Amino acid sequence: MSSGIGVPVKRKEDKRFTTGKGKYTDDIRKDNQAYAAFVRSPHAHAKVKGIDASAALAMDGVIEVLDGHQLTGDGIGNIICGWAVNSKDGSPMNMGAWSALATEKVRYVGDAVAVVIAETQGLARIAAEAVEVDYEALPVIAHVMNAMTDGAVQIHENAPGNQIFDWELGDEAATDAGLAGAAHVTSIDITNNRLSPNPMEPRSAVATYDDAEEHYTLYTTSQNPHVARLVLSAFYNVAAENKLRVIAPDVGGGFGAKIYIYPEEITCLWASMKTNRSVKWTSDRAEAFITDAHGRDHVTTAKMGFDENNKIVGFKVDTVANLGAYMSLFSSSVPTYLYAPLLSGQYDIQNIHCNVRTYYTNTVPVDAYRGAGRPEATYVVERMMETAARELGMDPAELRRINFVQSFPHQTPILMAYDAGDFPKILGMAQSAADVAGFAARKAEAASRGKLRGMGYSTFIEACGLAPSKAAGSLGAGVGLWESAEVRVNPVGSIEILTGSHSHGQGHETTFAQIVADRFDIPIESVNIVHGDTDKVQFGMGTYGSRSAPVGMSAVVKAMDKVEAKVKKIAAHTLEASEDDIVIEGGEVKVAGTDKAMAWHEVGLAAYIAHNLPDGMEPGLKETAFFDPVNFSFPSGAFICEVEVDPDTGETEIIKFTAADDFGTIINPLIVDGQVHGGVTQGIGQAMLEQVIYDDDGQLLTGSYMDYTMPRAADVPSYDVSHMEDQPSPNNPLGVKGCGEAGAIGSPPAVINAITDAIGNNDLAMPATPQAVWRAIQAAKPVAAE
Amino acid sequence: MYPVKYHKATSIADAVAALSAGDDATILAGGQTLLATMKQHLADPSDLVDIRSIDGMAGVSAAGNVLTIGAATTHADVAGNADVQKLCPALAELASHIGDPAVRNMGTIGGSIANNDPAADYPAAMLALNATIVTNTREVAADDFFDGLFGTALDDGEIITAVKVTAPSKAAYAKFAQQASLFALVGVFVADGAGGVRVAVTGAGEDGVFRQSGMEAALASGWSEAALDGVAASEDGLMSDLHGSADYRAHLIGVMAKRAVAAA
Repeated sequence: MSSGIGVPVKRKEDKRFTTGKGKYTDDIRKDNQAYAAFVRSPHAHAKVKGIDASAALAMDGVIEVLDGHQLTGDGIGNIICGWAVNSKDGSPMNMGAWSALATEKVRYVGDAVAVVIAETQGLARIAAEAVEVDYEALPVIAHVMNAMTDGAVQIHENAPGNQIFDWELGDEAATDAGLAGAAHVTSIDITNNRLSPNPMEPRSAVATYDDAEEHYTLYTTSQNPHVARLVLSAFYNVAAENKLRVIAPDVGGGFGAKIYIYPEEITCLWASMKTNRSVKWTSDRAEAFITDAHGRDHVTTAKMGFDENNKIVGFKVDTVANLGAYMSLFSSSVPTYLYAPLLSGQYDIQNIHCNVRTYYTNTVPVDAYRGAGRPEATYVVERMMETAARELGMDPAELRRINFVQSFPHQTPILMAYDAGDFPKILGMAQSAADVAGFAARKAEAASRGKLRGMGYSTFIEACGLAPSKAAGSLGAGVGLWESAEVRVNPVGSIEILTGSHSHGQGHETTFAQIVADRFDIPIESVNIVHGDTDKVQFGMGTYGSRSAPVGMSAVVKAMDKVEAKVKKIAAHTLEASEDDIVIEGGEVKVAGTDKAMAWHEVGLAAYIAHNLPDGMEPGLKETAFFDPVNFSFPSGAFICEVEVDPDTGETEIIKFTAADDFGTIINPLIVDGQVHGGVTQGIGQAMLEQVIYDDDGQLLTGSYMDYTMPRAADVPSYDVSHMEDQPSPNNPLGVKGCGEAGAIGSPPAVINAITDAIGNNDLAMPATPQAVWRAIQAAKPVAAE
Repeated sequence: MYPVKYHKATSIADAVAALSAGDDATILAGGQTLLATMKQHLADPSDLVDIRSIDGMAGVSAAGNVLTIGAATTHADVAGNADVQKLCPALAELASHIGDPAVRNMGTIGGSIANNDPAADYPAAMLALNATIVTNTREVAADDFFDGLFGTALDDGEIITAVKVTAPSKAAYAKFAQQASLFALVGVFVADGAGGVRVAVTGAGEDGVFRQSGMEAALASGWSEAALDGVAASEDGLMSDLHGSADYRAHLIGVMAKRAVAAA
């Protein structure tokens, strides 16, 4: 099959994206369209004492100014967090109220207090500046370690000490005992730097209201339009689900930031009803920095104990996580169930304990960002392994190897049941590709030029396709984590796949078509993917957590199973053969070993004409399936980074980055390589360039690309990517494991381990900017003898 | 962006008239700083007076060893100009590394100098090359032109028309870029020319571009990297911000000065 599973087919969707024909939310134009601009708090923490919109309302072309009292007065509900996490004492998390438009208090710079609806976008923004808000400034908590201090100002009434929950996983007593008996204990203090997601397309919403039908339509930049409709309906009371259509057209990147239903989308819908106009809002980059949910922001101390044979005997982790001013949709799950269960890494560790305390601060809400909890866990584990190896005087690869999980399935002490893998083999692949054997000579050569070479490893495991729904529910998830598909064979034999997965850069229009082409042996040009519209597609859960292949495609496979069974029944009936003898190949449905055959499209036609179907068979050829996996899938990999540091400036160049991965079965290697390239680049961004910085007053200092450094092409090397495919996932029909986040999860510790190796100082925080590296070099210099 | 009136000036007199007529008129010379600032509502001029189409405002001419570069000459045109490459290759090299290609094809030398961003590249070159800034009313030595953060000797309504640079015997610019903006975190331009040995530093000073007299003296007594050994730049008067504190900037001045000397 020229375009089936495993073929590097070029992306079908790229013609429209590369020729400017993509249809994004901001491209939507409605006849009666007006524009929204939000009045945002310039204070990180303040009481709202009054709003005077008279000057704005007096401007020609301003249609309406609406505030939070009107919003709540109309019954629009507060924004929810969809995962209930209890503290270890059993008490529920302290969730503070979050109204789409703040009424009594603002809690971060950018918190919206009112919205202006005007005839043009420019006018709306100018009018928003004319809305006078009377604020009474309050003390500010800009940094998470200040949230818990005695006397700290309380951000939400129901969160004493600003704590949201104090949660744990694992057996603390056993872990303490393991550490107490250890021959060597390594301790590390690390931070996971706060990031801004920066999808290329900023968020946007166009809301329309049909007053005759009392029906709303929302076009929006969403990774999961059905979940958006559910939440907007069931919790925010915008409209009943049958009176609300949500369409997520072409979406230019998400990385997690477009999972959530934000104040802006809620407000635009409500405002469209209030004004009886279509209301459009499109974020600019500055607004994105202060409204899109941020990622990471952990402070962690960890201890790992080793026995006299350098086997791990205990791992104890204590993490403080900053969730920002309000609890975003999945914020509670990221530093808990998406973080702590990954702390066993690729290693056989019998005693693990993790304590996580989360706090409010006067900053943008923090939620899932590419990897979501797993990069934070991997960073702790893999910096620990490298640091321990240095303390133990061991080859860091060897320390990993002797602690690897060797047999599967493997039950960790912290929830996870690893299903399949071969960690020594992937490490070997990476070491060979990275020419580890030649490193010493390269380091010596670099030294002759006055440069410091270093090499760092990261052998990571992650978990994709969060599942099963029942287990997630028992841990507090507010939603199921299955996916749906409908396979619609048309009378002419072409096929539409309706999927609840959402593509916002992943290439689903190509890869989903490939699995259909592979199954029915037809050209991928005959297969179209329909997604992102709640009126067209049955309910689905959307795309995040690298779930589209392991969960979404699996639902398609299940639906194809049903189609195939029906096709074989029809063909057997028509060709007067046994169903068991029917095979589908070469565009035909035929009786194996004979020349009796129907063309593929003839079966479709027969199903719809229904002149000659088996007795009792329903006409048509369309099947639906829902797939709820029995377990996560567990992609893993070994990354090796080689750097060269200029000791005069602290500037670091990545000389080579080697990524060997186990993603199970690969549908399209071209797209998988692209996912690795993008993920590793984001990881390098976190390791060396990116950081959200607030000053003590809660003002964002990195609010534009003049101060927030995104990785550029020149910052990254040409990657060496390879894949191991001989350990497919046993938990889904394709054996796929998910590839969307692995690059971002595995790469930061590889980079930092390489730089710290080069400079001979383990004490280096992300991002490893030239200044940070230069300081670490100065700190590592031996003090001159007096 | 707030509403603004646009004028395409046809002559210096036309531009001067438009500047004085507007309530808060300003010159548009390339707009690579101004337009971005306006889009963010951080600037609200009443009028933009575009001087780029005025005859003689753009382009480079050479007379003997003196280059005259029109104020509206883009960075890309300075970088690619044969006379600049021949008489002052360090200046062409500097221009080729300003911002990104879009900035280099829109931004102009006059606009950059008039803006005097404390991290811009051109002010260091002007100071080190002892350039002359030519306006519609006078000629000003670079030493007398730059005046603190974003400040210059320009009077209201005064328009830079060109800069004049005399070819140095040696010159080079070494820049250590701020990672996000790619402006200079520290840029050092060294030259041995008509004004003697000069070392100008951009990106680092609390008051903008400045001459490093200790290094100038050291290099005047012997042009070599080694001459700079032990000539530490003081961190007094240097900027500290989230991209680099004063001591790091001071250290980088030393590193970049040596690299510039080596390249010259």
